[in-house]
Amino acid sequence: MDLIQLSSRRDFLKHAAVGAVAASVVVHEAVDAATTPARKHHWGMVIDTKRCVGCEACVIACKLENKTPPGVFYTVVTREPLPGGGNDRPVFMTKPCFHCEEPPCVPVCPVGATYKRSSDGIVVIDYDRCIGCRYCIAACPYGARSFDFGDDYELSPAAGDTVSPEYKQYRVRTPEGSPVGNVRKCTFCLHLQDEKGEYDKEAGRWPACAKTCPGHAIHFGDLADPESDVSRLLKERNAVRLKEELGTDPSVYYLL
Amino acid sequence: MTLKRAFWAVGLLSLIPLTIGLYLRLTTGHQLANYGSIVPWGLWVAQYIFFIGLSAGSFLLSSLVYVFGVKRFEPIGRLAVFIAIVSLLLALFTIWMDIGHLERFWEVFAYPNFTSPMAWMIWLYTTYFILLVVEFWLLMRRDLVVARSLPGWRGLAARIAALGARADSDESLAADMRKVKVLATIGVPLAIMFHGGVGALFGVLASRPYWHSGLFPIIFLVSALASGGALLTVTSAVFQEGWREHRQMILDLGRIVLGLLLLDALFQFSEILVGLYGSQPGYLASLSLALAGPYWYVFWIGQIGIGLLIPVAILATPLGRDPRFVTLACAAVVVGFVGVRLNIVIPGMSAEEITGLSRAVDDPRFRTDYFPSAFEWLITFGIGGLGLILIGLGEVFLPLSSHLPASTQAA
Repeated sequence: MDLIQLSSRRDFLKHAAVGAVAASVVVHEAVDAATTPARKHHWGMVIDTKRCVGCEACVIACKLENKTPPGVFYTVVTREPLPGGGNDRPVFMTKPCFHCEEPPCVPVCPVGATYKRSSDGIVVIDYDRCIGCRYCIAACPYGARSFDFGDDYELSPAAGDTVSPEYKQYRVRTPEGSPVGNVRKCTFCLHLQDEKGEYDKEAGRWPACAKTCPGHAIHFGDLADPESDVSRLLKERNAVRLKEELGTDPSVYYLL
Repeated sequence: MTLKRAFWAVGLLSLIPLTIGLYLRLTTGHQLANYGSIVPWGLWVAQYIFFIGLSAGSFLLSSLVYVFGVKRFEPIGRLAVFIAIVSLLLALFTIWMDIGHLERFWEVFAYPNFTSPMAWMIWLYTTYFILLVVEFWLLMRRDLVVARSLPGWRGLAARIAALGARADSDESLAADMRKVKVLATIGVPLAIMFHGGVGALFGVLASRPYWHSGLFPIIFLVSALASGGALLTVTSAVFQEGWREHRQMILDLGRIVLGLLLLDALFQFSEILVGLYGSQPGYLASLSLALAGPYWYVFWIGQIGIGLLIPVAILATPLGRDPRFVTLACAAVVVGFVGVRLNIVIPGMSAEEITGLSRAVDDPRFRTDYFPSAFEWLITFGIGGLGLILIGLGEVFLPLSSHLPASTQAA
């Protein structure tokens, strides 16, 4: 009698344990589904190499918008001479973060500080979580990430007066507080989005590099929207993406 | 005796650079370091994998004694476990200096992201550290019980460290050794996983062709065994008067190191030759930096000369029958493997990922050439010297080399 009770109690515990695990998995997935916003946009860029004159206005605009310190660049312009062309008509290429659909920088973060936003695909960094190990810099095949060493421009206002609007956090720059000691990267100027996560080109709420480009070489928009500028350009012109063989599926295209 | 004295002098002197380096690290952060955003990992990361390799290597060699029961290596058993603990602590200290926010190290435990090989590595070596400490305590337990009766602070320290253990019979020692065998047996796959994991941390990155190879975790393990075995040999020779007391053991260790060294060279050359034949531009760029770049001597003199040719020339010839030369060869291996570690980390990152990236902006943090700054060397030498001090202290205060005589002390 005792034995039967014992074994049935054990069975009960076993079933309860299995049930609890199953329930927690279901609950976890339900919470995930409820708290993860559905994909609304796929922000991306289409950069016209034929229109780029290499003026680097995008680099400066980005620095002014995001108040990045020396050594931190969210975009740079590379200059590649054409074969046999020498300095005559080199190919210029502005290179922001590509906000890959399969970003290799995200899975390697030991603390999950960098992630791809589920709502619009922008790859961001949580400055308060990032420990500054720089594994993501090693993992990025495009050199899109910089480490903030805490350097400051000599002629800029005192460090305490610099406020970056990044992530709408308006952090005051101090010698040791984040983002000093963090990895930093292009955010597609997401601080210019409204509460609904929309940009507005007419109102000037548009990534600084694209807004500034005097040659209209940088086109920004929703790659998921077939009517957007970027989608139209991709249909009409020949585009390439860098290092496609790595399977990163970048959201930035170059027109040739 | 003179060797010991030199050992202590170097160790104590290194406290000066360590103090200055730590002060600068705490007051100026990373500003004085020479790595940047193109080469984000520098000397400290190389030093970290060097030390973590020494730890895994000496622990795995201690398993010869505690798992496989090879009697002739018994004199270095406890020393090996102790060195594994010390070099693990040094490795963790170094990598702690390297992260951007010292105060956030706990986040790797609180918010682990298990898709990251780094998170796996951290959790595995935390487990490994706990296992090492428990195993080491069990190995020392009876001696601590015996030492309780020592007069003064030594007895007091032993009473505290013994954690209330009182049994000092031979049966209790045998019981300890049974537990040690279980722990050491668990430790073997653990050490293989975590050090292979360190190799995988580099190997998984498809963005870095120089690292992206299935051989990488294996090479890490073999180099760990070779360098760890070499360090054990040197330490035993210096502190246990090994070339007189355990002549045959030093010679045997030398033979093991030789075998591991040749196996490591085989893997390294396979890796290099396959990459060279394939001639993938990204791989070639890194390889040519290592072999013919501005720091070619790290490869040819450090890695090949000191780390391979000299030790092989000693260990594989009649010179290898003299324990003093074996010690010298092993010291060369330890030094040469600093070059091996540097040549893994730096050239892998120094190759431009996008052509023209480092010329796109004129900024010292956007350069492909990297040489450690004085600040980085201060920390590196400081932590290295701290290791000498810790090993020295252990040798003085812990019965690492021989058991205390139970009967005389217990009376």
